[in-house]
Amino acid sequence: MHRILDKNKPLCPQICEHICLDVAFGELKPNERIKSVREAAVAVGVNPNTMQRSYETLEQEGILYSVRGSGWFVSENVEKAKLTLDKLRREKTKVFFNEMENLGMTAEELKHYIKEWNND
Amino acid sequence: MTEILRVDGLVKKYAKTEALKGISLTLNRGKIVGLLGPNGSGKTTLIKIINGLLTPTEGEVYVDGKKPGVETKSIVAYLPDAIYLNSWMTVKQIVNYFCDFYEDFRPELAYKMLENLNISPNHKLKTLSKGNKEKVCLILTMSRNALLYVLDEPIAGVDPAARDYVISTIINNYNPDATVLLSTHLISDIEQILDEAVFIQNGKIILHKTVEEIREENGKSVDELFREMFRWEGTGPFTP
Repeated sequence: MHRILDKNKPLCPQICEHICLDVAFGELKPNERIKSVREAAVAVGVNPNTMQRSYETLEQEGILYSVRGSGWFVSENVEKAKLTLDKLRREKTKVFFNEMENLGMTAEELKHYIKEWNND
Repeated sequence: MTEILRVDGLVKKYAKTEALKGISLTLNRGKIVGLLGPNGSGKTTLIKIINGLLTPTEGEVYVDGKKPGVETKSIVAYLPDAIYLNSWMTVKQIVNYFCDFYEDFRPELAYKMLENLNISPNHKLKTLSKGNKEKVCLILTMSRNALLYVLDEPIAGVDPAARDYVISTIINNYNPDATVLLSTHLISDIEQILDEAVFIQNGKIILHKTVEEIREENGKSVDELFREMFRWEGTGPFTP
């Protein structure tokens, strides 16, 4: 989890997103034990309460699970994380298309640019 | 019991100047709280009253239910805004001094943190740079196993690289029973580790919220909100 946090937005959802991506990309494997709340808080440089809240949110979403006394683990069901990844991709694509629209680009022109970009 | 600090209607007058104009504040355990305000807003006065170094003109302070005194000093670890240690002592002598002074002092932790920052225990304090002296003071404060840590400007004099170390020191020593109250004007460096922010201006609290609430409600970082609320409203930059 080496992504940078945007301090203009709540940190908790951003941390959740980053962990989701790590799970979806397989950087964190099912049933793998992840960093303790404190270790993760130090690594990311955030308050341990923020990290705790992020882990708990992900537990409710079924992406992580906790075992009393031994820590936090990645859930076996990775589909949940992949859904988050898909949702994020759609959101970013929408933002991209909106920006291109603002730059006066039509769908046809955009196809042209995508082709060009693929060839590079 | 979750409450660690309660301040009720605090007023402090210095001769004709009113430094604090009725401050009420409650802090719970397990929080890292930033006391943020421009120069001269009353941060250090409030901190000194909490530590029993000043007596309030009006109002009350309770630390873990007790008024500031001998008992509260054993549970409050205080980092003053000025270096107060004897400069002729070596770092090791100062660590021993703290061991004698505070029952909750953890010397092994202090030596470990000194080693991490490459500060030799055999150096005399006066041979250290200003930044390193400040680091020693912070290490000594954080090496206590206290219930309330009150840090007055803990990162003002240290370089940006060491700031990260200071910040990780604060997180690493985080304990769910203890609360850290720290004053600073270097908000952007520290806001990621805060639970709550208290804005103080002209001796009054003008905002007390969790930092996530601030980000959610304003779509801004705490630093940005601070700059907005305390913007200098003059006639533009000084030109000769």
